[in-house]
Amino acid sequence: MIQLTNITKVYGKKKKQTTALSELNLHVKKGEIFGVIGHSGAGKSTLIRCINLLERPTDGEVWVGGVELTQLGKKELQQHRGKIGMIFQHFNLLSSATVYDNIAFPLTLRGTAKHEIKRKVDELIHLVGLQEHQSKYPAQLSGGQKQRVGIARALANDPDVLLCDEATSALDPQTTDSILSLLLDINKRFNLTIMLITHEMHVIQSICDRVGVIHDGGIVEVGPVTEVFLKPKHPITKEFVNRDSIGGDDMKLSELRSGQQWTRLVKITYLGAKTYESTLSQVVRETGVDFAILQGEISTIKDTPYGKMTVALKGTDEAVQRTILMLKEHDLDVEVME
Amino acid sequence: MDFSAIDWTEMWQATKDTLLMLGFSTLFTIIIGLPLGVVLYIFSKSNSIVLKFIYRVLSLIVNIIRSVPFIILIVALIPVTRAIMGVSTGVEGTIPPLVIAAAPFFARLVETSLREVDRGVIEASYAMGATTMQVVRKVLLPESLPGLIAGMTITVVTLVSYTAMSGMVGGGGLGDLAIRYGYYRYELEIMIIAVACMVVLVQILQMLGDRLVIYFSRK
Repeated sequence: MIQLTNITKVYGKKKKQTTALSELNLHVKKGEIFGVIGHSGAGKSTLIRCINLLERPTDGEVWVGGVELTQLGKKELQQHRGKIGMIFQHFNLLSSATVYDNIAFPLTLRGTAKHEIKRKVDELIHLVGLQEHQSKYPAQLSGGQKQRVGIARALANDPDVLLCDEATSALDPQTTDSILSLLLDINKRFNLTIMLITHEMHVIQSICDRVGVIHDGGIVEVGPVTEVFLKPKHPITKEFVNRDSIGGDDMKLSELRSGQQWTRLVKITYLGAKTYESTLSQVVRETGVDFAILQGEISTIKDTPYGKMTVALKGTDEAVQRTILMLKEHDLDVEVME
Repeated sequence: MDFSAIDWTEMWQATKDTLLMLGFSTLFTIIIGLPLGVVLYIFSKSNSIVLKFIYRVLSLIVNIIRSVPFIILIVALIPVTRAIMGVSTGVEGTIPPLVIAAAPFFARLVETSLREVDRGVIEASYAMGATTMQVVRKVLLPESLPGLIAGMTITVVTLVSYTAMSGMVGGGGLGDLAIRYGYYRYELEIMIIAVACMVVLVQILQMLGDRLVIYFSRK
């Protein structure tokens, strides 16, 4: 749905150049929620603005829905932008227009007939649950309500893609969750492709299917959220995972070791249906090994349950080896810690 | 003090002249100043080197006109006024210099108001596929309406004091009356009444402007 090829964006001229994005490649599939996470200054804002060409990349191709936007003239680009909805951290609503008029705004840009606008706006106001507020002005609304108006407005033209620029960063945790579930609902209901950028792991964990980690103007790691979060490879990804303690903050090995005579320390990670199986107890019963869970977390990423725990095994070398082998045979991910 | 000697017919005529000058000059100031202000704003934000250059030139012209004292402008513009209006004196002869002096002033105020419009809202509009004209009509102007009205109020009040100088070309009006009788002939009574009328006029205009600003403010 969205294909970015070798995107480079350089700001400034000659001596004072700063490179925001360098030869970045990214692919977002139709119907998925793709999240990009990164620190401020990593280039996320520039990245999402390059998709609808609010920022024109210095080099590279931007494809949305099979159209190369970077090749379009001004008129055609304006046409195509209608099919790319966008919501913002600071909502960016017209302060001089009511909720109704704000949602109608993108339709009026296209000269849509009055009765058609009314039909569409009524439908959207209902979708985002703001029926009682349609004659209010943005200043009279709470942050969450403003973002709902923003979402309704972004959907007015039946877009193929929705871009979310830090859409929940200005909201409190509770409101954030309600906005996220609204986005998830929209994604499922209309099979709408959503690309969001954020610095909050929580956002990615709640609704994203796949995630890309951006650092220094490039995507350093990309994949399904479960994979990237449970088995982070790049240091920046690890930093995000550990900071927000998703999948558990790793305790220092020395702390785990202190005064204990364990044969082996292993880190076990599992996903999906396996979360509910009694694999560990079955295996140790068979091998006669004792175990202690030193640290663990069982939770969900989007709809997928997962578990991640550090387990100490005690027994003969041979029995412990066999335990590890059997756990692996049961398709658990086992990592032996030295 | 003897207010009985005041010729009220003349006072009424002067009031009418002032209102007439104000009305027409305000109208044309908006017609010229508003688009000029929008153009200044758009060109100053443009990435095009040509438009940026045009902005500099326009900006320079606006500054020059604003630096020339109105009394000099009114005399210097006599040929221009005659070309436009057919005459260079009277109420008609005052309107072109008033407009030429006030329009650039108002244009600057418009430009400043437009700069106040949230950048994010403009960006969002472009993201929705708006053209620059649509952004001006549907975003910039409505969003800055309170600021524009405030700017208009300041301009009209400035115009009131400018009309006082219209006596130079026989324009008449309250200010002219005050200068001719009070300043040149020491007829204090007429001056006081004429100035009082202007004070009342300015108060009414300012109050009206403030009311409108409040009425249109949504923030």
